[in-house]
Amino acid sequence: MEITKCAAAGTMESSDAYVEIEPCENALVVELQSVVQAQFGDAIEATVRQVLSECGVKAAKVRVVDRGALECVIRARVETAAMRGKGEA
Amino acid sequence: METKLVKSIREAVQLSGLKDGMTVSFHHHLRNGDFVLNMVMEEIAALGLKDIFVNASSLFDVHTPMLQHIENHVVTGISADYISGGLGRPISQGIMDKPVQFRTHGGRPSDISLGRTPIDVAFIAAPTADPMGNCSGKYGKSACGSLGYAFADAMYAKKVVVITDNLVQYPLQDFSISEDYVDYVVCVDAIGDPKGIVSGTTQITRDPVGLVMADLAAKVIEASGLLKDGFSFQTGAGGASLAAASFLKDIMLKKGIQGSFGLGGITGYLVDMLHAGCFRSLLDVQCFDLKAVESIRSDPRHQEISAMHYASPSSRSAAVDSLDVVILGATEIDTDFNVNVHTDSNGYIMGGSGGHSDTAAGAKLAMIIAPMFRARLPIVTDRVTCISTPGRDIDVLVTQGGIAVNPKNVELKQRLTAAGLPVVDMQALKEKAERITGKPNRLPKGDRAVAEVIYRDGTLLDTIYNVK
Repeated sequence: MEITKCAAAGTMESSDAYVEIEPCENALVVELQSVVQAQFGDAIEATVRQVLSECGVKAAKVRVVDRGALECVIRARVETAAMRGKGEA
Repeated sequence: METKLVKSIREAVQLSGLKDGMTVSFHHHLRNGDFVLNMVMEEIAALGLKDIFVNASSLFDVHTPMLQHIENHVVTGISADYISGGLGRPISQGIMDKPVQFRTHGGRPSDISLGRTPIDVAFIAAPTADPMGNCSGKYGKSACGSLGYAFADAMYAKKVVVITDNLVQYPLQDFSISEDYVDYVVCVDAIGDPKGIVSGTTQITRDPVGLVMADLAAKVIEASGLLKDGFSFQTGAGGASLAAASFLKDIMLKKGIQGSFGLGGITGYLVDMLHAGCFRSLLDVQCFDLKAVESIRSDPRHQEISAMHYASPSSRSAAVDSLDVVILGATEIDTDFNVNVHTDSNGYIMGGSGGHSDTAAGAKLAMIIAPMFRARLPIVTDRVTCISTPGRDIDVLVTQGGIAVNPKNVELKQRLTAAGLPVVDMQALKEKAERITGKPNRLPKGDRAVAEVIYRDGTLLDTIYNVK
């Protein structure tokens, strides 16, 4: 499914993540900033890509500002942003 | 009568005979509202002095102008019991050539009194003083209450300069530090910003996780066998620790228990416990809020003590030796119960022992209260980044996910289990947290020592490395 518009989900509160998604042609670009970059950076990026794949998003620019969110929170925020970007939510 | 009054800080520095390579000292009762350290260091820099060693009981974000003095080699050595992030972060990045020395609130006066860390000139920030140097923290617009940490400096430094913004007629009544230790007195417009000196009020947590931990902490104390007449207690000013004190107060009142003393940095909550009859007295080395300042000024049961009396291991005895229970915090705790309060999870310096390891060593029950994880980072690790307090002195960890008892304390584990409290194995607690957070990657260790953690007895406990 295609990302047709800019959308966002989440907050900048501690233990949450703020996810922005926007249309991008032919590429999936994930940009991550995290307070736990050293400890969980790779794991967070893998989670983001997996959720996008589950949502059928093949091309988009995604920016994640992570404030130490648990994986379930990151999944929820990415999924919501993707749905909003597709105009479904 | 000749007085000790001099016109300016600069004149006092000159008269003190301070030279390159010497040591100056400061105390931290004005906390993040302190003007004195910056004013003095500015004059020392302006006089062209270099290679000065700063022995401060603690350094706060207000002291970041020190960075300039470090860069210009005015300051080349630091000892402190606590350094907040503003200076801690650049130190972790390696701005000092020599590693910073961390001591404890008991180890610092011990090392001063034993001559291990001689002080050439001590600068005492005094909210009220008379022209001969009798001084007090209880009165004046910059009142901070106790001057506990400054006593060792006054007693052992070669020269002592009192800096006040409330000069009163000789003799000051109810002085803390007496004139026989003081060489010079300077009166300035303001020694600090009252807003940064004491918190208006320290607050109990409203976070549900914090309240669960606090409730468990109070129940652990109740079940420990120590909660009886004569009970003594210290807690920090953190939200969950204060909530634990509040729950403990309810239990003590319900059971009609009268404790002996509350110790340490004193908050309004301990003052409330004194008024409610939970303790006969408070022993106060530092006031945290306005209510504590008012209390130490007006209530003879609320007594000022020096840092030597509080926690020095080389005193004939210290109050921590008579302490039953202390509640302490942690940024990390490992499966051997070693605790880190010096660095954050990324390895940057953002704290220090303060009285952590002193009270843990003295108290019959040393309790750590901490959530299973903060943001996504588990509290329990295989090995802490820095050992601030050795695991042998920690009895129990209380989290919202269960209570881990140090295996050396067999009796406590039996008592808590018998009381129906959720006792869990430390390893199991670690795994429980990691099932929720995931297992964090280990941080790469730096290759250069930026700080030494010196235990209360003067021995090296651990080394903190730079953050890459």
